[in-house]
Amino acid sequence: MTIAIIDYGAGNLRSAAKAFERMVGETGRADEVMVTANPDIVARADRIVLPGDGAFADCRANLAAISGMIEAIDEAIDVRGRPFLGICVGMQLLATSGDEHGSTPGLDRVQGEVRAIEPADPALKVPHMGWNTLTPRGDHALLAGIDLGRGGLHAYFLHSYHLVADNADDVIATADYGGAVTAVVARGNVAGTQFHPEKSQALGLGLIANFITWSPA
Amino acid sequence: MSLKVRLIPCLDVKDGRVVKGVRFLDLTDAGDPVEAAEAYDAAGADEICFLDITASHEERDILLDVVARTAEHVFIPVTVGGGVRTVDDVRALMLAGADKVAINTAAVKDRRIVRDASEKFGGQAIVVAIDAKRVNAPGEAPRWEIFTHGGRNPTGIDALAYAREVADLGAGEILLTSMDRDGTRDGFDLELTRAIADAVTIPVIASGGVGTLDHLVEGVKDGGASAVLAASIFHFGTFTIGEAKQHMAAAGVPVRLDGLGATGDEP
Repeated sequence: MTIAIIDYGAGNLRSAAKAFERMVGETGRADEVMVTANPDIVARADRIVLPGDGAFADCRANLAAISGMIEAIDEAIDVRGRPFLGICVGMQLLATSGDEHGSTPGLDRVQGEVRAIEPADPALKVPHMGWNTLTPRGDHALLAGIDLGRGGLHAYFLHSYHLVADNADDVIATADYGGAVTAVVARGNVAGTQFHPEKSQALGLGLIANFITWSPA
Repeated sequence: MSLKVRLIPCLDVKDGRVVKGVRFLDLTDAGDPVEAAEAYDAAGADEICFLDITASHEERDILLDVVARTAEHVFIPVTVGGGVRTVDDVRALMLAGADKVAINTAAVKDRRIVRDASEKFGGQAIVVAIDAKRVNAPGEAPRWEIFTHGGRNPTGIDALAYAREVADLGAGEILLTSMDRDGTRDGFDLELTRAIADAVTIPVIASGGVGTLDHLVEGVKDGGASAVLAASIFHFGTFTIGEAKQHMAAAGVPVRLDGLGATGDEP
């Protein structure tokens, strides 16, 4: 079994790879974690992770610049039904479009738009930066066994934009920051976290473990 | 609102080693920044800040190696500053595994690096480090100026105007150090912290002067800081991260206490 972490020039791949390797070990599995820019490996991987640091338009362009990568992602998700996880901007890229530095089309996996966060309380600073709790909406395998809610564990957020989903059911957890900020989305075998699980200590490592063992219906 | 105030230990790094060492817990190598960062992660720190004070830019690979090894072992965010001169320097640190990069003198010299770097990497990753010193005469209205080179060189630039400018250019955060208070243990310059925090809509990290746990509380409650940074009180083992957070929580400051007991969130 392989977990492919897509390398398209975004930073932060080491942390993501190390976090996945650690949780592969802790869940007693033997998956190989590969950081790769090779579309063939992505198309054949058993799980795919799309990380992302930076601006939406820039990340989208970098992903498209790898010949065959979008097609490989499509094949893994649609033909092979593999679980897919986007992280931060990698999650935002799942949207229909993003409006950071001009409107840019996304992968249209979770229908909706990536928009600037506008906290109802103008005293709240943007970016939404730091540790926040999550409010789950219903049950989802990716959140199973994680202590959530106001008294629960924290996730590390670092963003000025978030995915506003057309279908409310696609949002499986939010964070409260002068209103609900989209924290985790899932649609079929495709999921994404706005926060950085690889930087979110116990909560993040728990979510990674859940992704590693996730069998989407 | 359940976003927590961040507590950030800062490690000065020179030639790949922690300056003066870190005297807490049972580190096998008190001079290894990676081991210190791991210990702070385990102790409940919300972020780690590395400030590189290596004189020579040619030794950059040593810092990149420290950042890369830290990113492999630490599962909280890492901010790296010191000697960042170009967008390529920012890129190299980000690729090594830094989550945020702090720009100081280069932005004072040419503001364009703030705009260019935040367009390239997203503003959330770009921290502008401001070293400010009080310059008003006694009895005058308070006024602060930007200083470079560890507080030695005045620039004539007003700190408030500069903070607004870099925020408008896309910076995601300001790391604000009072050069009057840095190293004194007399507490933050709260007037400065409040003035800057009120002047910008991005988060401000208060830095410079922490000697007691009450200082951390004041930085948030009186200074309006979104995060507080300290070095010596943690490195020398005066207080643990856990003690600092429990103290902040008891004073009504919302902090993340995952694994440290109660949540610190308001009921």
